[in-house]
Amino acid sequence: MDMINCKVNGIAVSVPKGSTILEAARAAGVEIPTLCYMKEINAIGACRICVVEATGARGLVPACVYPVSEGMEIQTNTAKVQAARKTTLELILSTHDKKCLSCARSTNCELQKLCNDYGVTGDEFEGFKPEFAIDDSAPHLVRDNNKCILCRRCVAVCNQQFVGILGANDRGIDTNIGQAFKLNLNDTPCISCGQCTVVCPTGALTEKDDTDKVWAAIADPTKHVVMMTAPAVRAALGEEFGNPIGTGVEGKMVAALRRLGADKVFDIDFGADVTIVEEATELLDRVKNGGVLPMITSCSPGWVRFCEQYYPDEIDHLSSCKSPMQMTGAIIKTWYAEKEGIKPEDIVVVAVMPCTAKKYEIKREDQDAAGVPDVDVSITTRELARMIKRQGLNFNALPDEEFDNPLGQDTGAAVIFGTTGGVMEAALRTANDWLTGKDNTEIVYEAVRGNESIKEATLEIAGMTIKVAVASGGKAANEIMKKIASGEADWTFVEIMGCPGGCVTGGGQPIHPQYVRDTVDIHGLRAKVLYDQDEAAVLRKSHESPVVKALYEEYYKDTYGCHKAHHDLHTTYKAGKKF
Amino acid sequence: MQKKISSTPFRGTAEQEAQLQSIIAANKHDKSRLMAVMQEAQGIYGYLPLEVQNMIAEGMEVPLEKVFGVATFYAQFSLTQKGEVHIAVCLGTACYVKGSGTIYDELQSQLGIAGDECTDDGRFSLAASRCIGACGLAPVLTVNDEVYGRLTKDDVAGILEKYGK
Amino acid sequence: MKTVAELQAIKEASMGEIALRLDDPALASQSKYKRNVLVCGGTGCTSSHSEAIIETLHTELEKHGIADEVKVVRTGCFGLCALGPIMIVYPEGCFYSMVQAEDIPEIVEQHFVNGKIVEKYLYKETVLADGSIKKYNETDFYKKQVRVALRNCGVINPEDINEYIARDGYQALAKCLTELSPKEVTQTILDSGLRGRGGGGFPTGKKWSFIADGPQKYVVCNADEGDPGAFMDRSVLEGDPHCIIEAMTIAGYAVGADMGYVYVRAEYPIAVTRLQKAIEDARANGMLGKDILGSGFSFDMEIRLGAGAFVCGEETALMTSIEGNRGEPRPRPPFPAVKGLFGCPTVENNVETFANVPQIILRGAEWFASMGTEKSKGTKVFALGGKIKHTGLVEIPMGITLREIIEEIGGGVPNGKQFKAAQTGGPSGGCIPARLMDVAVDYDNLVAMGCMMGSGGLIVMDEDNCMVDMAKFFLEFTVDESCGKCTPCRVGTKRLLEILDKITRGEGTLEDLDKLEDLCNYIKSNSLCGLGQTAPNPVLATLKFFREEYVAHVVDKKCPAGVCKKLVSFVIDQEKCIGCGKCARNCPVNTIVKTDYVAPGHRLPSMRIDTSKCIKCGACIDGCKFDAISKQ
Repeated sequence: MDMINCKVNGIAVSVPKGSTILEAARAAGVEIPTLCYMKEINAIGACRICVVEATGARGLVPACVYPVSEGMEIQTNTAKVQAARKTTLELILSTHDKKCLSCARSTNCELQKLCNDYGVTGDEFEGFKPEFAIDDSAPHLVRDNNKCILCRRCVAVCNQQFVGILGANDRGIDTNIGQAFKLNLNDTPCISCGQCTVVCPTGALTEKDDTDKVWAAIADPTKHVVMMTAPAVRAALGEEFGNPIGTGVEGKMVAALRRLGADKVFDIDFGADVTIVEEATELLDRVKNGGVLPMITSCSPGWVRFCEQYYPDEIDHLSSCKSPMQMTGAIIKTWYAEKEGIKPEDIVVVAVMPCTAKKYEIKREDQDAAGVPDVDVSITTRELARMIKRQGLNFNALPDEEFDNPLGQDTGAAVIFGTTGGVMEAALRTANDWLTGKDNTEIVYEAVRGNESIKEATLEIAGMTIKVAVASGGKAANEIMKKIASGEADWTFVEIMGCPGGCVTGGGQPIHPQYVRDTVDIHGLRAKVLYDQDEAAVLRKSHESPVVKALYEEYYKDTYGCHKAHHDLHTTYKAGKKF
Repeated sequence: MQKKISSTPFRGTAEQEAQLQSIIAANKHDKSRLMAVMQEAQGIYGYLPLEVQNMIAEGMEVPLEKVFGVATFYAQFSLTQKGEVHIAVCLGTACYVKGSGTIYDELQSQLGIAGDECTDDGRFSLAASRCIGACGLAPVLTVNDEVYGRLTKDDVAGILEKYGK
Repeated sequence: MKTVAELQAIKEASMGEIALRLDDPALASQSKYKRNVLVCGGTGCTSSHSEAIIETLHTELEKHGIADEVKVVRTGCFGLCALGPIMIVYPEGCFYSMVQAEDIPEIVEQHFVNGKIVEKYLYKETVLADGSIKKYNETDFYKKQVRVALRNCGVINPEDINEYIARDGYQALAKCLTELSPKEVTQTILDSGLRGRGGGGFPTGKKWSFIADGPQKYVVCNADEGDPGAFMDRSVLEGDPHCIIEAMTIAGYAVGADMGYVYVRAEYPIAVTRLQKAIEDARANGMLGKDILGSGFSFDMEIRLGAGAFVCGEETALMTSIEGNRGEPRPRPPFPAVKGLFGCPTVENNVETFANVPQIILRGAEWFASMGTEKSKGTKVFALGGKIKHTGLVEIPMGITLREIIEEIGGGVPNGKQFKAAQTGGPSGGCIPARLMDVAVDYDNLVAMGCMMGSGGLIVMDEDNCMVDMAKFFLEFTVDESCGKCTPCRVGTKRLLEILDKITRGEGTLEDLDKLEDLCNYIKSNSLCGLGQTAPNPVLATLKFFREEYVAHVVDKKCPAGVCKKLVSFVIDQEKCIGCGKCARNCPVNTIVKTDYVAPGHRLPSMRIDTSKCIKCGACIDGCKFDAISKQ
């Protein structure tokens, strides 16, 4: 590879030809502030916060997009550079709603940090500032353009998701990020993935905070509050309390939920195990009886919405299984409610999810096994962290506790649902056992692990050749669906997750500044927590879960996919519209 | 100013839609022709309301927001209906130096509307335009395609009268 | 498919159509007509109804039965737009100005039938004291001009490819394809010293030589002329569209591109129609398309219409726009020569630059380089506007002084007013004060003065123009036209404008002047594209040359030119006022009242303006016949 030699603040580095100043600086251990830049997704040189001085260049140049050349000497923090960055921040602040005190992103805001670093108060310039109404029409997020700094990361990520409902409108000082015709977010084909909230450097895009509903339920003595968590939450919640990325905090998380006042703390892993036995049953039925193939997973509401809206003719490919969260909720309000003698309407099921689309999913039709919504409130990992802070818990000092029974037991197969490829691997473990009639010990499917957006594998199971595909993120989903729609796809089973990387990097997970996202393998570190937990588990196949067995023995006549199970655990889809 | 969005109901005809669809069909192989399609669409409908942008987005297979982003970027695209009589005052340098700003102000006060607005009866609309290249006639304004040059403020009433004000 | 020989044949056959107009008695004898009547069909003259003149001409010629001997030609712009509609009659070369359709019957009968030129319709300057008549090209406006880019404008019918061919059209292309290698073509352009005429003045040959390798390359012609007051590119497209087609094809040959795009403002309907027809005619004649002139080289082109965004004149924004997006600029590097349109290597030049290319190829690099100054070769087209007698389009050799342009060619400032400054480069440029009027105009001198050539708009300002107001005017323009992508331009220019506005309202402080300057310098060095990087120039230039005007606004709270309304008060000179009361009747806000004072020699008491209620509309001044009201 051709290498370029250059100097950053006097430090000599050699970087591949075509590298940017920012990359060269990182190689030299020098960090340059950025606001609009996102590695590989948004290199537009727009915010100008990353300007530096470089020999051979006129004026100041944006480090994020400017390529280094041989012998270039770069100065990243001269008086001129500092003055320029300061003015840039002052100008940004002159159009920014500076309500930091109550902002969901306070202390985790990239703009706030820079202003602090550069001693910018926001009083330097006054003048015209466009005013925007806050859009809180959607169940999953709130858009406050008054805090938007027009970095366009959300636009880039929304396009990357192949949704493209967010874009720059108007021009000049009136430029604003928004939806066509200023439609309410809820009236657009947004898939609720929430990836925009993760990349937003400020508080312009935040999850809709539903914690008040949880506090209210806890405070209500007539309500039986069940809190339950998705697998990916335990892999990331610790980050909100200063733990390194990749710290598993299952025990402390359970302890925290109990101290918040949950009557029961259950694990959605249980629902994941049920999903596998129901989904595998459905798949085998489709294979045997000539049903629509490939069958595609339906765990991710972002993905389901994507399919309904962007591929309305292909919704028959979706598995009719509810998501693990909805299944767990359904079982809580039926089986568990009956067992405990509690009326379903007196139970408040609170799901803690890595996801913003779950806020949308709980409001979908045909998600009410007991005649009341399967899940009442869905909060994100970030909201849970906020509750823990408000409760005054010293999270890191909490003891490790275990989930409550019966819906607190899981298998290793369920816990890996939290990363792309996990559902597929869990399904393959069960399918292999069922089709071969054996208790197989080869249960790791490397081909479907990792963070590539599309993974394919061809497997020989019991003399059958099964082709599968795993995709995550809208762009990959689109590629898969194009093949399915055109009829050229020959997969039997496909796993699709709405967010790139799956749930561990979901739209409700802890937010890190862009330089961390650019330089740390957040997905890999969080996924490792789940794979490690799987490896340490005694039971690693969903159909071996004793609770799942008990459920079917007691409630579903020992038959996977029986009529009642179908009523409780499956759902329906509706073709949607793109516009 | 953010572009104003029309609040009047869409009154497109089947004929107009057929016209637009055939333009889309002729251009959809080349996504870079989006703007050209939008220009044609504006030629057909006079403006680009949601319904029209929707047809374009669907036809050209691009997100609606992309069409809207383009529509709000360029001065030529309008999201509101133009009046039967559309008056554009040139505020190019030559005209400005010779007092077109005063003429623009006068029109606003006589019509009782601001720039980029249409009178309630749909008769008159007013806008400022960039240099139309008739600098020799400065200051100028255009009424529909008619050019009026070497104007003074006192000519405004007469021009409006000619168009039934 | 035409061959070089066929091209030659068309040229010879068409000579008779245009022979009268070439100012060459040897050729004139070849003319098929007794007279050629050229009527300007440019935007300016069309706006003042030149089409009606053409219609009437046809009717009248029919009526007199001389339609066969008089050829009526709708040409492009002659340049002297202030006198439009313009009609030139050959062989005399006489110059009818401000012609109206109702004048035509008389001209046809007297001039074309009876052979007597109708002097009263001629441009005054062309009628000499001895009764003789100057040819139009001997007038002050035309005689110092050297027409290279505008060579065919006002000479040929732009919609007739044969007339273009008769004027050596497509000969340069033929020469390239048959005699020169692509490298030699680029070298010729490089040697000629031609620099980009659209703004920055980058050497065109260098641009062509930088083009990277790749399977697909493009040639783009920037005809998104957006500077207020500039219309040279429009005139070339309206008057000589084939020359752009020829030049782009030559560029395509030089860099190995087979596709070109012309990005034209949609506000130029005449230019678009003529260019579209020219493209179709060129295709039909084998000058565009596959295997041009049997050379094996193929090239075709398409028009893309802009939709009203000044920033699209910036080359990367223009390409983003051609791609069907919001016209937002992209960071450079990568430069278009490496990664341009649709991600492919792209050569982009503006109309006027291209318009020079065929002549350079035909007449040689040395010929072109013999005109102009050391580093600025050839000619430059300027659009004269503002407070100048001859508003219009001129093409002059580089190096001529501003004084020659304004006083001699432009006829000076009208109404006996004092010349104050000339603004060049539009919203990206600066201004040249009267005291620097004798500096030779070329790229580098303008830059040294904190100005820039820009695309060639030249706006003249007189004593009645306030320089702070001018700076504000241009800032309003850039604020309006900023694409909004980068922070310095999006927010910075708006803040600049707000400070300027504060100053013109008389609320500015000396600290504001420093803040203004600092912010200007910040925007210049931090903006993403040329629009933002040059947006502060009008402010910086006026601060440099007219700081005293800013200080007057800030310290004395006065606008010396009497433009900034908030700083002006209208006063009635009680000695001059005869008390007629017309001003009071004109005043829309009834703020003028009678005083008790009767000036000596007057019968009625004088009037007085209550300045607290005055809206400073000027209606009183306009109506006063006694010169008694003034702005202070």
